[in-house]
Amino acid sequence: MQYLFVFVVLAGVLLFVTAPLRRASSAEPSLADANLAELEAAREAKYRELSDADLDHRTGKLSDDDYEEIDRTLRGEAITIMHDIDRATIDPQ
Amino acid sequence: MALIGRALLLIALGTAGFGIWASIYGVRNGRREWVDAGRRSVYALAALATIAFVILEDAFWRNDFSFNVVANHSSTTTPAFYKLAAAWSSQEGSLLLWVFLLSLWSSLMLFLVRKRAREVTPYATAVLLGFAAFFTSLAAFWANPFSTSSTPPSEGAGLDPLLLHPTMMIHPPMLYSGYTLLTIPFAFAVGALVTGRLGAEWISLTRRFALAAWLFLGIGILLGALWSYTELGWGGYWAWDPVENAALMPWLCITAFIHSIMIQEKRGMLKVWNVSLVLGAGTLSILGTFLVRSGILDSIHAFGASTLGIPFVILIAVMVMGSIGLILWRREELRSDARLESLLSREAVFLFQNLVLVGMVFVIFWVTFFPLISQALTGTKVSVGPPAFRPFIVPLALILVALSGIGPIIAWRRVTVANLRRNFALPVAAGLVTLFVLLFLPGGPRSRPFALIMFALAAFVLTSVAQELWRGVAARRAMTHDPVPVALVGLVRRNRRRYGGYTVHAGLAVLLVGVAASSSFQHSNDVILKPGQSASVDGYAIRYVRPVETISSQKIGFGAVLDVTKGGKHVTTVTTVRNFYPSQNPNDGLIGKFFDTSNADSEVGLDQNLRRNIWTVINAQPTPLASLINKGNNVFAAYAPQVMTKAAKLPPAQAQAAMNTLWEYRDAAVSEIAHRFVTNPWPTEFLLIVAPLVSWIWIGALIIGLGGLIALWPVPSFARRRAQAPSPARPPAPPSPPATPPRLPVREPV
Repeated sequence: MQYLFVFVVLAGVLLFVTAPLRRASSAEPSLADANLAELEAAREAKYRELSDADLDHRTGKLSDDDYEEIDRTLRGEAITIMHDIDRATIDPQ
Repeated sequence: MALIGRALLLIALGTAGFGIWASIYGVRNGRREWVDAGRRSVYALAALATIAFVILEDAFWRNDFSFNVVANHSSTTTPAFYKLAAAWSSQEGSLLLWVFLLSLWSSLMLFLVRKRAREVTPYATAVLLGFAAFFTSLAAFWANPFSTSSTPPSEGAGLDPLLLHPTMMIHPPMLYSGYTLLTIPFAFAVGALVTGRLGAEWISLTRRFALAAWLFLGIGILLGALWSYTELGWGGYWAWDPVENAALMPWLCITAFIHSIMIQEKRGMLKVWNVSLVLGAGTLSILGTFLVRSGILDSIHAFGASTLGIPFVILIAVMVMGSIGLILWRREELRSDARLESLLSREAVFLFQNLVLVGMVFVIFWVTFFPLISQALTGTKVSVGPPAFRPFIVPLALILVALSGIGPIIAWRRVTVANLRRNFALPVAAGLVTLFVLLFLPGGPRSRPFALIMFALAAFVLTSVAQELWRGVAARRAMTHDPVPVALVGLVRRNRRRYGGYTVHAGLAVLLVGVAASSSFQHSNDVILKPGQSASVDGYAIRYVRPVETISSQKIGFGAVLDVTKGGKHVTTVTTVRNFYPSQNPNDGLIGKFFDTSNADSEVGLDQNLRRNIWTVINAQPTPLASLINKGNNVFAAYAPQVMTKAAKLPPAQAQAAMNTLWEYRDAAVSEIAHRFVTNPWPTEFLLIVAPLVSWIWIGALIIGLGGLIALWPVPSFARRRAQAPSPARPPAPPSPPATPPRLPVREPV
């Protein structure tokens, strides 16, 4: 009985693990997909940075002048990232 | 069932091996189906480890002493609650627990990222499966939890009495969860280094798991401290023991990482530093497991030395050398994208804080391993204790607390002097007022400068966090006009990382106030008292009212009821007990086995409140009973063989009855001898401690845990939360930003 259980478990593991191999072969995502994912992560981080600068300003940790300059810089960086994302989306190669 | 368990371990090992190969083959040849098969290997491994672990727990539950591990670490008299925990008190069970937790956390991580980081994840999968294969092979070939005996004993050896404590049910799984969770950022860092994908993605994928590792490890460390305080009978909560340090080092390392990844996310800086911290924390987590399991360093926590040292040393060497090699290989890609704009910025504070934390790790590592280093160099193992840590750790801790107050009130990138003045005025004033009040307070803590500074810094931190919360609420209310509680919840909900972190800083300040006060102003008295006698500690009179006893098949307890008064007024009554558990050593004799002082634990008599703890423990010894015990041993040594010889010739039922009569006589004798502790009490040793603010340590830890949970809670994605343009993106504009950039995210309430 115990041997039967072990055999069933072994067969189940084999079937489960190798299931993708029985499907049609598919290629890994291209380099462009990976680049896009990196850019999207960078965009998220930049948005978070913008939000943090905003909160720092509202809570009095950044002067108006510093905030304007930092905000302008961050938005410029965010736009550059978004342009890169656009470029990667339109022309993945 | 043992056969199934052994077979499951072998299948798990094969699955891990296949998964490693499939993941690497798939990613190197661009074959997604093989990568998927590799990921599924982790899921299958989790299922196999779960079944194996359940089989082991079931064996403990059923008192199946044919399992050697059950016979050696449990008994029929072990309380049911602890039978389940007994699995991880053994080396074999704890290795299986490692595989079980590692496979569960790895499965969760790989499921969450199954459609992301397609290049990095297969390598991370291979690394995680490599760890699983290592621990599975140890469990399968070196310390098999499913090894059995053909002649199982009728009774097990029982659980180490020191582990009969509620925290032991969750302390090891928490620590091991922390250790195994640390391997996930480690694995993804390796994947990022191998593929050269060292940007923001791997950081964002692993941040939450790093935070979870930090939280679990922190809970584990706290529970260990609580166990030490209430179980070990020495009156402290932290002994700078190697196993405690082994958990603290990766925790400090990952604390540094959680802060410094923010700098990488925001500024693209500190890439080498961050991968080094993650790889270091992962390696230290294996080192921690090694220290617990190998018994290489003397520790009150190392439950069972073993022969697993060499495999662990090889693994740690591979991790260290591999990490260094990968970082050197990718040193060009790891260059920072930006520079520090100003030393007056949050980045600079984080950087300094990172240096302090890593400095602490170096100090702890060096002092912890000094006995081994000294042995290697001089042939003599030099023992070092807590005094060797304090000269370094105390100043570093003070700097750390100061930085945890500065961090929340300083902005990213840069600040002006006017802003600094505005933000620092109140917290600095609070710190100075605290300092001067304590300095000139009659009976104040002038004699302990470090404690005094810690209290002042804690006031600074708590005020800075409160000020930040208040200003945040005010800013939110200015936009939403919500009532204060609603605005507070809204503020924290929308900025969980920030305010979760601030809560942790506040908790740290509270915790370290407790540590500073309780360690600097503790009063203790080691006394020998007879019933009716009193001793004085810090103005409290503690009277030994009467002895008490507990006699059962599981243990014999010698205790004392203590009455505490101050200025003639009753304060509290506490009871402390020393329990002796039956030994399995036949040389102790049939009576003496119940009075084995090497198999004992302590129940602390504790009265605690926010202001102070009165901590008492009895160190009762059965020495005055030695002549009676010896006499009983001699009587039963002569009597028992006769009964057994006669019983062997009787039918089974009568033989059993004869043996039962023998054990009844024995129990009566043991009970009578033990009862002398109450009828003829002898002078007994007590350790009496009065320490202030110990409860603040546990309260601070709870606040830290709450902050960790807030920070860990998922934050809505900015990309999803913000409205997107309905039409496809425009063709890219020139890369330089326009003079007046378009408004990006719509301004929302903070």
